[in-house]
Amino acid sequence: MSDESQHHAILSPAFHADRRNLRAMGMWLFLGSEIMFFTAFFGAYIVVRSAAVGSVAMPLDKVLGALNTVVLITSSLTMALGVMHSKRGERKETGRYLAATFLLACVFLVVKAVEYTHHFEDGVFPSHDVFHGFYFLLTGFHGVHVIGGMIALGILWNRNRRGDFDEHYNDPIEMTGLYWHFVDLVWIFLFPALYLL
Amino acid sequence: MSQETVDSVADYIHPEATDFFHKYVWSYDHKIIAKQYMWTSFLFLILGGTLAMLLRWQIAYPNQPVPVIGGLLKSAFFFDANGAISPDGYLQLGTMHGLVMVFFVIIPLIVGAFGNYLIPLHIGARDVAFPVLNALSYWLYLPAGVLMFTSFFVDKGAAAAGWTAYPPLSDAAGASTPVWGMNLVLMAVFLAGFSSILGGINFLVTIVKLRAPGMTWSRLPLVTWAQFITAVFQVLATPMLAAAGAMLLFDRLAGSSFFLPRGLVVGQNAIANTGGGYPLLWQHIFWFYAHPAVYILILPSMGFASDILAAFSRKPVFGYRAMIISMASIMGLGFIVWGHHMFVSGLNPVMGMAFMVSTVFIALPSGVKVFNWLGTLWGGSIRLQPPMLYAISFVSMFIVGGLSGIFMAASPVDIYIHDTYYIIAHFHYVVFGATLFSVFAATTYWFPKMFGRMMNARLSYLHWALTFLFFNLAFFPMHFLGEAGHMRRLMTSTGYEFLNPLAPWNEFITLAAFALGASQLLFMFNFIHSVFFGAPAPDNPWEASTLEWTIPNPVPHYNFKHLPTVYRGPHEYSSPEAEPADWLPQNAPPGHGGAGH
Repeated sequence: MSDESQHHAILSPAFHADRRNLRAMGMWLFLGSEIMFFTAFFGAYIVVRSAAVGSVAMPLDKVLGALNTVVLITSSLTMALGVMHSKRGERKETGRYLAATFLLACVFLVVKAVEYTHHFEDGVFPSHDVFHGFYFLLTGFHGVHVIGGMIALGILWNRNRRGDFDEHYNDPIEMTGLYWHFVDLVWIFLFPALYLL
Repeated sequence: MSQETVDSVADYIHPEATDFFHKYVWSYDHKIIAKQYMWTSFLFLILGGTLAMLLRWQIAYPNQPVPVIGGLLKSAFFFDANGAISPDGYLQLGTMHGLVMVFFVIIPLIVGAFGNYLIPLHIGARDVAFPVLNALSYWLYLPAGVLMFTSFFVDKGAAAAGWTAYPPLSDAAGASTPVWGMNLVLMAVFLAGFSSILGGINFLVTIVKLRAPGMTWSRLPLVTWAQFITAVFQVLATPMLAAAGAMLLFDRLAGSSFFLPRGLVVGQNAIANTGGGYPLLWQHIFWFYAHPAVYILILPSMGFASDILAAFSRKPVFGYRAMIISMASIMGLGFIVWGHHMFVSGLNPVMGMAFMVSTVFIALPSGVKVFNWLGTLWGGSIRLQPPMLYAISFVSMFIVGGLSGIFMAASPVDIYIHDTYYIIAHFHYVVFGATLFSVFAATTYWFPKMFGRMMNARLSYLHWALTFLFFNLAFFPMHFLGEAGHMRRLMTSTGYEFLNPLAPWNEFITLAAFALGASQLLFMFNFIHSVFFGAPAPDNPWEASTLEWTIPNPVPHYNFKHLPTVYRGPHEYSSPEAEPADWLPQNAPPGHGGAGH
């Protein structure tokens, strides 16, 4: 890190462990605020959806949705393996799993793009009805979170290749892992709420 | 620094910035970031105050050209061709005054500036937990503020739907609201909210993880306790505002209709949106954030007042634990009272009853705090220096604002006074009367540590007297206007028979408001002059016992050369142990005796 390279003090393993704790707490708090953010969307959706009981909400492609669910859950697995290997200081394996996670995220976005294209070809936009408004809102903000995670994964992959991480210092990978599981979890709620209900 | 091993984050000293850019612009030092927040929010305070002056001019002298400014800016911004305030302009002024004051002045000032400066010093830390994130918070807030004011320059001007931005007025694009002004304002608030969330995370981690040895939870100064509880609000409530704003933007830009019902007609125009949403949904999500935000506006001020009252009464604060428990209960209750803003919105009366009860419960912890402040003063050796006068004014104005709050909270009464000048009187007593007085208290109190110089006491006394007088003259009569039925967002009270007798009151209020505004120039002059030419300050001018006063002026960038060990609570005044002095610093070892060594 740039601030450390200017610095002459030696940062001991104890320092890294201490800072890891701080960062983990910060990340969990951030995820807490993210949960509140998506809760507002889900809460609003529940209100609007339950007022229209009996009507079918949206004809969404359940197969593509299910496929994306599998893709994202698999990416959570590869992310977790990446974190595990980075903690052991195994740089090569870490890089492989980070890349795999990145590629799975790409697959997810491609499938999502296919779905969006179908909607647009059918003339379905957020203005179609209030349910599609929620569909685009929720999947859109989830997609932005996926893209944010991919940027982080790209940076981590490069830093890992450069040799920035070892068994003492790897918390950026671990924190990104926490974030990535959260993004996955949001989808786990999104899929049944939008595709199956 | 040579090759020493650092074993914990608390021991770590980030390198001192040497170039101008890293020292004053992209700085990681919490003290510099605090000052950045302070200068920026004071600037926005002047701008936001000017908007209020223009509002008052229009309501007292309806449709008359505004002196000087109106002549210069005919037909521009919120002026019509004669240089008077235009109807659209009036709504823009009111909307922007509210939004600027809440999101870009008060929160950045009491949390961004004072929270940033004081938390690490109070807990005996060298910086906040995440210095880079801290810099980022400020650099999200500043562009957000600029974006906010940019909205005045776009076609049809800034947002004009009231600071609460209720749909459908704020929502239906092309109905009556200016298009891009509202969008820019929503984006600005979204950014400011993000900055506030990051700041809250930073403060929580800092207070939990970086307290110096011996700085237990029951030895924390109440300023820091208040900031801790405020930060919980920031992290958990602000995302709701971001979500609400995002949904409103989605409605406006992508054509969805989360907040628009079917078949909406505004003026003569049917609104094109497909409908299916609910305007009430916005009010629920908005107030779920905005009511906790009201406590973000007051809790840190309660912290300032508590520590300052103790220091100038030369007594420990009365009921230290009760102070903390009451602040925590205000937070807990604060999350379940939002419906009291919606008594006349078509809320189910049964729900209204529940919200009324939970709201009235907040009077209990608030009352505990007021009695504890009075208990702190009782029997103290009171030193009536400027910070003390401001802090006492905080308490008295908070009592007035708190009592009028009970009227607003009772739904039968609220139905009558809702959206009248009564509510304006109420929240200005809390946000100006209480919070800004505490900001004056905090500024005069910590100025010697922040800038190494003293503020001029005579000017402070004068400023205090004038502000206290004109504040009450300006805002107390608004209670009467409200009871007489004067609606809060009326651009002119002429033309309504029942409001005609109130015209002299309106003129009186406006004159008092102008005098109030002019009195602030005294503070501004005192502040800026003292930063550069004030008398050099001793390290501990108020003989206070918290850790920041143990550091020499000017505060070095690492704050504490050696991390302090804390042995006692934050208000060790008039303790027999301290003889012959009457205070003990928190880090004086037991049996040490005499702080005046």
